[in-house]
Amino acid sequence: MATPLVVSEVFKSFTMHLRDRIKLPVVNDVSFSVASGECVVLGGPSGIGKSSILKMLYGNYAVDAGQILVSHKDRLVDIASADPRTTIDVRRHTLGYVSQFLRTVPRVAALDVVAEPLVARGIQAPEAKVKASDLLARLNLPRELWSLPPATFSGGEQQRVNIARGFITSHSILLLDEPTASLDAVNRRVVVDMIAEKKREGVALLGIFHDEEVREAVADRILDVTRFSPRKAAA
Amino acid sequence: MSNPDNQELQAATDTPLLKVSGVSKFYGSRIGCKDVSFELWPGEVLAIVGESGSGKTTLLNCLSTRLMPTTGSVEYRMRDGNFRDLYHMSEAERRFLMRTDWGFVHQNPADGLRMTVSAGANVGERLMAVGDRHYGNIRATANDWLTRVEIGTDRIDDQPRAFSGGMRQRLQIARNLVTSPRLVFMDEPTGGLDVSVQARLLDLVRGLVNDLGLSAIVVTHDLAVARLLSHRMMVMKDGHVIEHGLTDRVLDDPREPYTQLLVSSILQV
Repeated sequence: MATPLVVSEVFKSFTMHLRDRIKLPVVNDVSFSVASGECVVLGGPSGIGKSSILKMLYGNYAVDAGQILVSHKDRLVDIASADPRTTIDVRRHTLGYVSQFLRTVPRVAALDVVAEPLVARGIQAPEAKVKASDLLARLNLPRELWSLPPATFSGGEQQRVNIARGFITSHSILLLDEPTASLDAVNRRVVVDMIAEKKREGVALLGIFHDEEVREAVADRILDVTRFSPRKAAA
Repeated sequence: MSNPDNQELQAATDTPLLKVSGVSKFYGSRIGCKDVSFELWPGEVLAIVGESGSGKTTLLNCLSTRLMPTTGSVEYRMRDGNFRDLYHMSEAERRFLMRTDWGFVHQNPADGLRMTVSAGANVGERLMAVGDRHYGNIRATANDWLTRVEIGTDRIDDQPRAFSGGMRQRLQIARNLVTSPRLVFMDEPTGGLDVSVQARLLDLVRGLVNDLGLSAIVVTHDLAVARLLSHRMMVMKDGHVIEHGLTDRVLDDPREPYTQLLVSSILQV
């Protein structure tokens, strides 16, 4: 089976220059891989570095050492050392990310927020909007909100816009940072179904889910992040 | 993939539009900017951030040939695909480039507009510079652009003197984009505007840059503007580029002491 994501010996720390250059280790020696059609869930208590790992894989956080290899357009790209232009191309075509919070842009309607990743890949706006409408309808976002900018939406509504935006493309790798945190039971089940569909399509998924029921439903295996924690190594 | 047009397009996006190497500008013994090198690709938006006096406007002026650097070179890929060294062009060639293939959006719209001719003429003037002579076409295009920047077409015959700050800035943007430039320089495009006007302008610029596939270099001291508009970011301090990378990486995981200070100084609303 294809393995589109391989993480190898990644180290990460923060140096706080404004706080007497304190060095805060985040994770040490992170190595794992995710296969196509598999959903791997990062486990472990809060503050252990789960979100940081996702952010490094997405190129949002820099890494101190190691490699993050992504299969992108028939070649391997190391996100840890890629230039900004390559990272942007990988994000546009290969690597999707559903964050916990939606970063809203003033004045852009929810439907356009969702359609944007498709338009960025060169799909015509009307076609992208049809697909965006399908997803928002499936996630039970009231139709009267579609033409409004999501800035004033409730937490759960914003999160559904965010999920639709993340799931609209056919990226081969999808990173999910607690996508169901502020959803009710009905919509959680919709997301669980959507994840199952992605798996059947051969997408490699890596996620953080605090909700046990969702985790049980989607996880093929759980990767305990505690073993990468520098604090454990020190003890 | 066998389509030759596609291959050509691919080749065009695989070549930088602008190659900057070792650009320095000294004012006597004082440093304006020192040893700046980078490449800009088609469709890419680069933000240059830093506090006042960090050299970002000096750098922008050097890149856009409004100022001659002390040392260094800037090569630009012309429409025929050949690179030309900007500092070795004739004045006439540079002026032509500025009027057609480039745009420059000033912080103060009065610096980029002619305040005593009508809004329509401000937009039409750039079209005439590229050889358009048909009055009807020029007026129709001007109308179209005023609509795109959300200025009512009933204002086409008014002078920008009669416009608000936000309208003037939108008119300046229309004037710059009407000739379909490939590269736009912006110096604090939202400076001095109310926040609500700022948001509208940012959204407009963002949309236009996406739709037209422009490359842009935006100087700003506002990190929120950089986050919204740019793909890539350069942080300047005392004339030097101290940090450079993907915009969200620089803002969410700043590495240099000065960048950490900048990011931690943002006021939360």
